[in-house]
Amino acid sequence: MASRIFGSAIKRREDPRLITGQAKYTDDFVLPGMAYLTVVRSPYAHAKVLRLRTKKAAAMDGVLGVFTGQQMKDAGFGAIPCAWVVPGSDTKTPAYPPIAIDTVRYAGNAVAIVVARDRYLARDAADAVEVDYEPLPHVADAEKATQKGQPQLHAEAPNNVCFHWKVSGGDVDAAFKAADVVVKERILNQRLIPNAIEPRAALAQYSSAMNEVTLWVTSQNPHIVRFLLSLDTGIPEQKIRVIAPEVGGGFGSKIPHYPEDSMVIFASKMCGVPVKWTETRSENYRATIHGRDHIQDVEMAAKKDGTILALRAKVWANLGAYLSTASTGIPTILHGLMLSGAYDIKNIHEDVYGVFTNTTPTDAYRGAGRPEATFMVERLVELVARKLKMDPADIRKKNFIPPFTDGHTVATGLTYDSGNYIAAFEKALKMLDYAGLRKKQADLRKKGEHIGIGFCTYAEICGLGPSQVAGAVGFGGGLWESAIVRFHPSGKVNVMVGISPHGQGEETTFAQIVASELGVSVDDVEVTHGDTARTPMGWGSYGSRSTPVGSGALMGAIVKIREKSKVVTAHLLEAAVEDIEYDDGKFFVKGSPSKFKTIQDVALMANVAWNYPKGLEPGLEASAFFDPPNFVYPFGAHIAVVRVDTETGEIKLERYVAVDDCGRVINPMIVNGQIHGGVVQGVGQALWEGAAYDESGQLLTGSMMDYALPKAEDFPNLELGMTETPTNVNPLGVKGIGETGTIASTPAVYNAVMDALAPFGVGKLDMPLTPEKVWRALQGARR
Amino acid sequence: MTYPVSITVNGARRKHDVEARLLLVLYLRDTLGLTGTNVGCDTSQCGSCTVLMDGKAVKSCTVLAVQADGAKITTIEGLAVDGKLHPLQDAFWEKHGLQCGFCTPGMILTACNLLEKNPRPSEAEIRHGLEGNLCRCTGYQNIVAAVKEAATRMAKA
Repeated sequence: MASRIFGSAIKRREDPRLITGQAKYTDDFVLPGMAYLTVVRSPYAHAKVLRLRTKKAAAMDGVLGVFTGQQMKDAGFGAIPCAWVVPGSDTKTPAYPPIAIDTVRYAGNAVAIVVARDRYLARDAADAVEVDYEPLPHVADAEKATQKGQPQLHAEAPNNVCFHWKVSGGDVDAAFKAADVVVKERILNQRLIPNAIEPRAALAQYSSAMNEVTLWVTSQNPHIVRFLLSLDTGIPEQKIRVIAPEVGGGFGSKIPHYPEDSMVIFASKMCGVPVKWTETRSENYRATIHGRDHIQDVEMAAKKDGTILALRAKVWANLGAYLSTASTGIPTILHGLMLSGAYDIKNIHEDVYGVFTNTTPTDAYRGAGRPEATFMVERLVELVARKLKMDPADIRKKNFIPPFTDGHTVATGLTYDSGNYIAAFEKALKMLDYAGLRKKQADLRKKGEHIGIGFCTYAEICGLGPSQVAGAVGFGGGLWESAIVRFHPSGKVNVMVGISPHGQGEETTFAQIVASELGVSVDDVEVTHGDTARTPMGWGSYGSRSTPVGSGALMGAIVKIREKSKVVTAHLLEAAVEDIEYDDGKFFVKGSPSKFKTIQDVALMANVAWNYPKGLEPGLEASAFFDPPNFVYPFGAHIAVVRVDTETGEIKLERYVAVDDCGRVINPMIVNGQIHGGVVQGVGQALWEGAAYDESGQLLTGSMMDYALPKAEDFPNLELGMTETPTNVNPLGVKGIGETGTIASTPAVYNAVMDALAPFGVGKLDMPLTPEKVWRALQGARR
Repeated sequence: MTYPVSITVNGARRKHDVEARLLLVLYLRDTLGLTGTNVGCDTSQCGSCTVLMDGKAVKSCTVLAVQADGAKITTIEGLAVDGKLHPLQDAFWEKHGLQCGFCTPGMILTACNLLEKNPRPSEAEIRHGLEGNLCRCTGYQNIVAAVKEAATRMAKA
């Protein structure tokens, strides 16, 4: 039986080092003799590199070396591997050289690197590198890039099409023929810049004598980075140690294996000293992956009574100039399979074109594919309701998949684990006082004030995932997790895990699990992650998988510890192993709980092995691997209430109600924190955030001055509620909660604004819903 | 060409010859090894590098080390006194006002200055007071709660 520590809001054990400035992020490490690397980047979106003049820079004081892509290639450093190739889609995987050799394909593409004794000298020398470019025509828009006569990025990808992926379920054409109403919409799910507050950094220390390297890097998955580095650096995997120390947020942007990882290793090898590169923010905006960027043509068919019959979509997904680590999986597997969301839509068809453009590569950004699916279905459900003059709450209730606990298969072929969508929605409506608020809205309208109510009732896929499925859908790795639980003679515990949290607090939640399942004090458990030399192999932290998958591995190790402890206890109490039971840290003979050994007694005896069962290995340590049988599918209902100032176009978020269900909750404080952060990030997409390129292919939103991030002042306190529907996919019944907020809040807020603007006949606006856009739409409507 | 500076950092007088262009934040991080102050942007938007300069919150990425000559600087490392956490540090921990922790030192020092100027701020005043500090993890709600909590504790003390 689990003790009360499971489910309690205990304070995080990570925090003391973080609130005192003692935590060490990658840029905080300084090694003897360390040099600094600066990347020379292309100012052009597309150009031939005619000539590189590096002599002047190389001769500057304090400069250790200036290197080109050709030199890196000659030294055996290969192209950055693409780790996700969606099968059956004729995917093209053009080479992604870490430093461009003859052609640059986006503004920000690396063309040379400079290594110098300090940060300032490296920047000075980078400015002294002269590059002659011959600008080429470029294209930034994914749909346009596929049309005739457009510039071609890669010879192997005609019309810039990287892949054409399809998903189909049911009979979509027949459903559209049978429909009473059809709604259509072109949705621009805009390009976003992840903006983890810590920019990326990488520090390599190469040993020529041993041909081995240690890389400190801002990564969400050091084991994946090590694996990929073994493919492109020529250094074997066992000679590479990757450490993700404190990592300052990721949101997907620190999943990829980036060119700079290879550059610092190469530079350390060439210069014979440790080499560090730290991104500036303006560099981050161009060189770190972007997210979303879909053009979606979507239509939905429904009956007069509001029953949704079918969803059909055609999507152009902008992949940027090269394939980042997981980029092809995001707009396909993590998007297209989730199109029906929380609804029972039996007929689905989607065509997705992955397209190369002269822009920064895109990849996973918080939600990764599911926000693009959820926005689509949530927007179209809304349009059907509007067309049928139905309440948007009623149409949702009518189409929800009914409650299920043991799997429900949807049209795209996925089998959701468990869900009770109506319960979460009813709870949210009650928290909001929906009927009362609609009345208030009508009253305010009479006074010329405009509030809007917007819903998002979502189901999402996370806890990635079964490794066989990963293999079947073209992901270049497994998706299981691992854990080692090690008891010391003193009864204290070290836990080593393959996941790599970077703010999500698993050092605390995992200690809570060990404490509650083995009866030790939470303070006696230390959790280590993020270092390939100190932790067992694991696939990292993304796709809201750390807790659902990682805890499965941890539970496996815990069960092994318990089983071994029973054998030791049976020996000590001179009883049969089958008669030993466990409860709350104690092992005892069935029926006589007063005769017992504590886990600490067992740990001591197992470690000294003085009085010990014959043939049993000493030590109390267990290692376990967990490959989940399915993904997990958290769900919930989010409701936004906004006020639109019809004079200025300004939108104010007045209330935000979120009811989420992530199965069993280990630490409610941490779960709520994940929801807060996710919601705010998703509201950012609806209202303020958006990357823009100008006609010359330059990123217009190239700094935090030009790209609007959510601020404290923009928000009311969010009102959170929970329902708890466990999953049977993992031993603890937990689902992921890292991305739900972002997935749900964008459509909820968008729908709320559209609800407020409905009396003016404004039916469509592209995100972000800036005051200018809203004001212009209102001016247009008044004319 | 270097210039002599004498800066009191967390109570200790430090003397160095620095280049005119050296940013205060890099003086703290690279010269003094005080890496608690973080750099999150290069345009003074994010506030991660906020320190107290003569009691006022400044973004140390837009102050030159030579401009801090003669000044008293407090960084996150200097906030706890005799191993006892500052009420703001304690409240951030208590209220889960941080996740990845990267913005936290700047957030706490900004809040320090905010409470110095306005010891009993309303929630709206806290939210407004934090407008120069960006956090991508927490959604701000628990940061606001932490600042409120710290204000209450400091008023009692």
